[in-house]
Amino acid sequence: MTQSVKRHSETVMVPFPSDAIVPARDLGKRPVLEARHLGIQFGGLKAVDDFNLTVGPTEIAGLIGPNGAGKTTVFNLLTKVYEPTQGTVLLDGHDTKGLDVTHTARLGVARTFQNIRLFDKMTVEENVRIGLHNKIQYGMVSGILRLPGYWKKERQQHERAMELLRIFNMQDQADAVSGSLPYGAQRRLEILRALATEPKLLLLDEPAAGMNPHETEELMDTIIRIRDQFQIAIMLIEHDMRLVMGICEGICVLNFGQIIAKGTAEEIQNNPVVVEAYLGKQKGAGE
Amino acid sequence: MAQFLEALVNGISLGSLYAIIALGYSMVYGIAKMLNFAHGDVIMVGGFAVFILMVSNGWQPLLAVIAAMFICTVLGMLIERLAYKPLRGAPSLAVLITAIGVSYFLQNAAQLLWGANPKFFTILDYGNLTVHIGDSQFNISIGKLLSVAVSVAIMVGLSLFTGKTRIGKSMRAVSEDRGAAQLMGINVNATIAITFAIGSALAAVAGAMLVGVYGVQLSPTTGAMPGIKAFTAAVFGGIGSIPGAMIGGILIGLIEILVGTFVSTDLKDALTFAVLIVMLVAKPTGLLGKPMREKV
Amino acid sequence: MSTKTKNMLTTLLTLGMTALAFLLCQLAIVNDWSWMTSTLKGQLVNICAWIIMAVSLNLVVGISGELSLGHAGFMSLGAFSAIIVGSWLKRGMGMESGELRFVIAALSAVLVAGIGGFLIGIPVLRLKGDYLAIVTLAFGQIISNVLRLLYVTVDTDTGSLAMALKIGSGTPKLPGKDIIKGAQGASRMPQDATFVIGFILVMLTLLIVLNLNNSRSGRAIRAIRDNRIAAEAMGLRVTKYKLMAFVTGSALAGLAGALYGLNQSSLQATFFEYNKSIEVLVYVVLGGIGNIWGSIISATTLTILPEMLRSFSEYRMLIYAIVLILVMLATNNPVIKGWFRMVSGRISDRRNRKTGKKEARP
Repeated sequence: MTQSVKRHSETVMVPFPSDAIVPARDLGKRPVLEARHLGIQFGGLKAVDDFNLTVGPTEIAGLIGPNGAGKTTVFNLLTKVYEPTQGTVLLDGHDTKGLDVTHTARLGVARTFQNIRLFDKMTVEENVRIGLHNKIQYGMVSGILRLPGYWKKERQQHERAMELLRIFNMQDQADAVSGSLPYGAQRRLEILRALATEPKLLLLDEPAAGMNPHETEELMDTIIRIRDQFQIAIMLIEHDMRLVMGICEGICVLNFGQIIAKGTAEEIQNNPVVVEAYLGKQKGAGE
Repeated sequence: MAQFLEALVNGISLGSLYAIIALGYSMVYGIAKMLNFAHGDVIMVGGFAVFILMVSNGWQPLLAVIAAMFICTVLGMLIERLAYKPLRGAPSLAVLITAIGVSYFLQNAAQLLWGANPKFFTILDYGNLTVHIGDSQFNISIGKLLSVAVSVAIMVGLSLFTGKTRIGKSMRAVSEDRGAAQLMGINVNATIAITFAIGSALAAVAGAMLVGVYGVQLSPTTGAMPGIKAFTAAVFGGIGSIPGAMIGGILIGLIEILVGTFVSTDLKDALTFAVLIVMLVAKPTGLLGKPMREKV
Repeated sequence: MSTKTKNMLTTLLTLGMTALAFLLCQLAIVNDWSWMTSTLKGQLVNICAWIIMAVSLNLVVGISGELSLGHAGFMSLGAFSAIIVGSWLKRGMGMESGELRFVIAALSAVLVAGIGGFLIGIPVLRLKGDYLAIVTLAFGQIISNVLRLLYVTVDTDTGSLAMALKIGSGTPKLPGKDIIKGAQGASRMPQDATFVIGFILVMLTLLIVLNLNNSRSGRAIRAIRDNRIAAEAMGLRVTKYKLMAFVTGSALAGLAGALYGLNQSSLQATFFEYNKSIEVLVYVVLGGIGNIWGSIISATTLTILPEMLRSFSEYRMLIYAIVLILVMLATNNPVIKGWFRMVSGRISDRRNRKTGKKEARP
């Protein structure tokens, strides 16, 4: 582990006493994400409160909870769409305080969106190329004058983009306008676009939404494959419990903006607090 | 001191005229979410209607203004029905270009019908009020004071209308959330039509005051510059907000007159627009505009 | 065919067709063909200027997606800079070569308009949508207002320039001969612009805009237009790329201004008020948002047409207004669109229905 990188704050190696869900192989390594006492208020409402989580560098983590629990808000805090009103977020050891979305992304966090946000008038390949924007670079003048750098980097971008598209077998759709793709393909393209930025942490907001059981099955395999191939951490929000329980090594349950449980799939499934949060108190229905 | 007071009164008076025009822009923007570039030209049509009825046909000024309001109301609703309603849901740029087309149409139709020679008329000509302060004195046109009174009455009336009446409330509902308003059983199309009707009637009053009280010469392009100024005022106050349009109008009028009196007549337009820019950069949604947050 | 090949073909086709049109015009001038009337001949340079205006505004509005209503303001910055520099070179420095004078004048025009675009872009591009539109309009009006007060003279013996801004009642008294005289504008400038120069500048503009659009930076600009939040989440610097498109567009508008200004015998700042910006916006919208080829055609047609319809001069603007409204309705109203489809016959109707699924609303 290189310690030459500038640290904005000291980093404790995993595990935290309270976050002992990081998989064994990641123990002792620097966590890719540490959220400490993270919270945000909108007006008087605490949308997220005292959120603590540690994610290991090759972990697949799940964030679940009933509708309106604040899951997407957590993603927005981690990617700095919202500036937290309390607490800190460390990405790969860097404090993200005061950073905007762009600079946070450059620290190595990429995401997909619950309501798909593709560049929908651009082609599939161009979408992935935007992900490569900071990885394979050349300047504006080089582009206008078509200098040698343009041709070289364009070829590299193209090859890398096609490589990525092959992950979901989308290479034949490279020239399709992304807005015209079917829903499932749009979700997959969003994942590839995020992956193109070579993130250390990939955040997936409901990746299986709108997919049939067979497609979901395939997605589960692909997520694991992505983790193994790229050696990155993946954190996902998902309502499909088969997916969450099937691939997530650590699961965090959110209700009314607060963590109510953390643990492995088995622990979560047997946790009465979680069951209550999902099903509600049986008596409560009548009152 | 006297000069400052005179400028202040003139500024408020011009500002209240801008406010009436700005209300038309702002209400339409709030409810139909479109920049109605043709609003300034409705002012011009209002001016011509008063001119023809009063000067050519010898009507009473008040009667002529009321008739002009009626004519502009019909015109505004017609424009909305024929040009804007078919484009509901279309890209805003298409609607903007259509509004520009309507503006070109009104200007050129006016040119064909009434010619380009400037015309004048006077309403509310009751002489001047002279105020003495110590040794100095200044004059205020009583007509302008009356026009301020008319503007204030219109603003109060409109506030009551949107606040208390059923139609006014549905206007506010549509401007807040068109989809939800529709689900609540509000007739969105009718509400938008009424908004255009009110805005256009106000434009007729503005046209009559612009020419008849402020002595602006009447020609097919008369409405363009006051239209742009009032539009600026609407944005300044926070477009879509009715009190914002009133405050914005009065402030823009004040700035224009004060700058013209104390800084430079030649630079008054530039400085007025500069104030708008500074304002918007500091508060991107205008004085009373609501900040919009995009849901992620 | 891959997107890349398609993009390159489009670029080559656009450049090729433009070159072809230029050659055709040159042939017509040399051989005195009847359609090349003296009116049309007199307009050729202006057409080039309006093409550059439309293409550069398309970069801002179509490719970058920012509604600007002040594009003519940058054109006027370019025009007046070029007039000052050109007049100074000719009358003050005694430079003989018209081409050289034009090149230097045009470079200064691009520089001034580009810097203007940068300074205005920084505050303006923080705003969104209609607010951005009104602020660009305001800036255009400010530029026109200030230029209306500008007095510039040149001393034909020493070559020194003098400038003044009229604030207050008196007209500034400057030594030497007038170049720009306040509200009366510029006169006696060197008319150095030629059709060949105009053609070269159009080609240059097309090359810049098309190549920029199909490069890494251009993709970033389009991505920010399509979805700003997603673009930020990909680590794109939004301000940088918005500014890149805006400044490039402004600089090119300055170039168009140099071409236009050095083709007139006199020019007033009021010519470049918001009405002019809106006219150019109409070219862009009628040609198709983001469609460069369409911008060229609509700018050309709408510059020539009013002159050709002079005999109908009373009604031509009225007809133009009606056509403008009808085109907007026809291209944006679903019912009228469907009606057009029905009229265009059953065969194409069936074809439309088959492909209709993929048609995405803009």
